[in-house]
Amino acid sequence: MLTRRIIPCFDVDRGRVVKGVSFVQLRDAGDPVELARRYEQEGADELVFLDITASAEDRTTTYDMVAATAEQVFIPFTVGGGIRTTADMKIMLELGAEKVSINTAAIQDPDLISTGADRFGSQCIVVAIDARRIDDLPGRWEVYSHGGRIPTGLDAVEWAVEAARRGAGELLVTSMDTDGHQQGYDIELLRAIADAVTVPVIASGGAGGPEHMAAALTDGRADAVLAASIFHFGTFSIRQVKEYLAARGIPVRPVPPPEPAP
Amino acid sequence: MRDRVVVIDYDAGNLRSVARALDYVGADPVVSADPADIVAAGALVLPGVGAAADTMRNLRERGLIEPLRDYIAADRPFLGVCMGLQALLERSEEGDQQCLGILPGLARRFPAAPALKVPHMGWNTIEWQFSHPVTDGIPSGSYFYFVHSYHPTTPDRSLVLGTTDYGLVFPSVLARGYLVATQCHPEKSGRDGLRFYANFVRWAREGSPIPAAASTP
Repeated sequence: MLTRRIIPCFDVDRGRVVKGVSFVQLRDAGDPVELARRYEQEGADELVFLDITASAEDRTTTYDMVAATAEQVFIPFTVGGGIRTTADMKIMLELGAEKVSINTAAIQDPDLISTGADRFGSQCIVVAIDARRIDDLPGRWEVYSHGGRIPTGLDAVEWAVEAARRGAGELLVTSMDTDGHQQGYDIELLRAIADAVTVPVIASGGAGGPEHMAAALTDGRADAVLAASIFHFGTFSIRQVKEYLAARGIPVRPVPPPEPAP
Repeated sequence: MRDRVVVIDYDAGNLRSVARALDYVGADPVVSADPADIVAAGALVLPGVGAAADTMRNLRERGLIEPLRDYIAADRPFLGVCMGLQALLERSEEGDQQCLGILPGLARRFPAAPALKVPHMGWNTIEWQFSHPVTDGIPSGSYFYFVHSYHPTTPDRSLVLGTTDYGLVFPSVLARGYLVATQCHPEKSGRDGLRFYANFVRWAREGSPIPAAASTP
């Protein structure tokens, strides 16, 4: 049976993980490769790197990071941030990313979704959607671009349908209302999108504990849940999350036993 | 080249991931589009993701189809991954594409069903149907990473080494003689996936005039 995926997400700036990661026993908590290996061993099903490197000149550090990760990590990982063209996609995929995530660039040029999907396959193309509730319209969300700074006027559910129709293989849906609060995902948003598309939906924004993930995967009908802080700060381990979900009948890939010492 | 693991280079999206996994298990693979390297390979790996038509066109344009057929007909060690499995079948429903016809069967689209998203994307189990050198140390029911919209079918049940359930039970690993082909991506399936590659390399080397043994991850 296909399992639901648990996906830690990292912000990386010039090849380094930012936003404190407080894992014990790490030589270098800013080293994305070491962190990725650690999460792989802990049972992460995939990883997402969000590149927040501001300048294009510094992007080679991201390339080095992706290549180094691909040499050491043998679970799928996605790279998002700064990908604006199919040439950008090609670089990341060839360096070893399984998927690329596009957000603002897809809003500005929806053809990028179709050309990327035609060229590399839908399975490589994740469209990330940042959405915020519209105050006076219950059950309606507006899409924001540029890292959540600019309202686009797009309806989130309509944009999700459009992105999937154009060939997105997966949608990464972040609620700007719940993001950072650790009070749970926006279940209504997830469900509205999951019910409107046939591609997998990754829930993002608001995870504070395994109960929020369970809600996203059941009531929210998401196929995967993404979280950052609760894993990075060690509030919950991936094993704890998976045991919680499994006990509630949600199919997850069991965490592999610890690797024997070399 | 006799002792080399050759990964066929035809622009497949997972080419480098497959090569990296082989490298990690100590196989020191050669990535090549040269038919001479196929002829001389100690073990041959056909990666692949994306559309069936692109796969067949790329193989044809690079003059790889005949060397590939001859290699497999000689029953030499071969591993197909994802589209590298589907290419071996007779046809794919994806664009009604004719494939190599090396194994009997079709690639069929997953049926539309409300609860089943397509592509089949994520970690799913494989149940082994018989014991085989490539499954050594990997329990039946282990999890592998899948991403595909079309699934293999075959009328020849003796070929079915592994099965996977996604709404329907489909053959996810096929094997015949020195050929193994898998719908999942062992190169993205963590430790069990690396073990699968290590097993394949060791099996290829033990059964052919290749000295070194592959390391186990």
